[in-house]
Amino acid sequence: MAANPPQRKRIISDQEAENISRVEELAYEIKVSEVMTSELISFSPEIKMYEVLEVFRQKRISGAPIVSPLGDLIGIISMEDLIRCLIDKDLDSAINKYMTTNLFTILPTDPVIEASKKFVSTNFGRLPVVDKDQKLVGMITKGDINRGLLRALETDYQEEEIRKYRASHLFEDIESDRTSLILRYQIQQGDFDIGGQASSNIKRALIRLGASKQIARRCGIAIYEAEMNLIIHTTEGGVLRVEIEPHQISIDAYDYGPGIKDVGLAMKPGYSTASDAVREMGFGAGMGLVNISRCVDQMKLESVWGKGSRLKMRLFLDSEHKNKESENQKS
Amino acid sequence: MINLATIIDKLELKVLTAEKDFSQISVKNGYTSDLLSCVMAGAPNQSIWVTLQAHNNIVAVAALLELSAIIITEGATPDPVTIHKANEEGITLLQTEQNSFHVVGMLWELGIRAEK
Repeated sequence: MAANPPQRKRIISDQEAENISRVEELAYEIKVSEVMTSELISFSPEIKMYEVLEVFRQKRISGAPIVSPLGDLIGIISMEDLIRCLIDKDLDSAINKYMTTNLFTILPTDPVIEASKKFVSTNFGRLPVVDKDQKLVGMITKGDINRGLLRALETDYQEEEIRKYRASHLFEDIESDRTSLILRYQIQQGDFDIGGQASSNIKRALIRLGASKQIARRCGIAIYEAEMNLIIHTTEGGVLRVEIEPHQISIDAYDYGPGIKDVGLAMKPGYSTASDAVREMGFGAGMGLVNISRCVDQMKLESVWGKGSRLKMRLFLDSEHKNKESENQKS
Repeated sequence: MINLATIIDKLELKVLTAEKDFSQISVKNGYTSDLLSCVMAGAPNQSIWVTLQAHNNIVAVAALLELSAIIITEGATPDPVTIHKANEEGITLLQTEQNSFHVVGMLWELGIRAEK
């Protein structure tokens, strides 16, 4: 990894852009008061530098404010100041000899982006947070900002997880003798541009509802083929209706014409009535219905020439049920 | 396993979609066909698909099958809407002037095989 560091890419992908803008948004949303440290270790102005050293060592801190008995901010002492003092071998001197008094402060009500800007422009590692009356109310470091942003991003993530969790418990949370969720999609004839949209939406819904990846994939393929059939072969499009139940998914694709002349022939692998234009796009392999039958547990195609077609598909979600069904079919 | 960065590099492919860290995208298998239903039936997930089709629906197919990338051959060029859709779905579109046979041969030499 170290030998071959990844090159910095100039173009940012949508995914990355999304994350960046969310962090930026948060930097404007979150207030300094939400991320600052308010339980402070502070020094009084008459304290000696060796005491500062001792406190830094014991409390594992690298900087602290100096405040007057009235709570007014006087200065800041940092590790750098302490090092200067150590080099001078001057630990017996008072803190006010080494502290920084040229202070940049920030208001607790400012967004953290303001603090970030000050860190960049001043090169300081920490900023005192003072209220309107110049009283010290906290300290903020770059680390505080990072932690605050990460915490907020984590909350975002948890919210999405909760949404997924809620969706996946939909069927358990609602009590009825038979609960089902019905999704309907109107498919336009000849609309290749949005072809595959319904199947990808349904696949996403299934994943959210807690379906396994395998089930979602099988459903996705079957519905895609049915969707493309409606786009390619119908006179005025049709409807995709998906009914999701805890134990099964039933998919209905129906249209109002022209219908299939010979259903048996249509089911034959490689048989297609697609036009040359459609074939040029890679459709019309004559494998659509074959793919569907491979992906679903039950399939029934009914059609009346001149009227329309109805393709019913079913996937069973619990294997016990599935085995029973296939036995029933055999007998 | 071979990653997408190696393939892009060795085959000198043009990346049509947004740049990402292609070294993190692994390619398990390869598949080629210009018939979408055949792809639906035959392309395993995380595979790379070689086709000369460049229209919108290749993205839908690749997204449903969770393919690693599509190599569009013979200089066929998808329109901006297709590229936009591919970015949305996180599908990488790659382009080459070479024909499919050539590309598949190169992929095979890199050690990419059809699913057994």
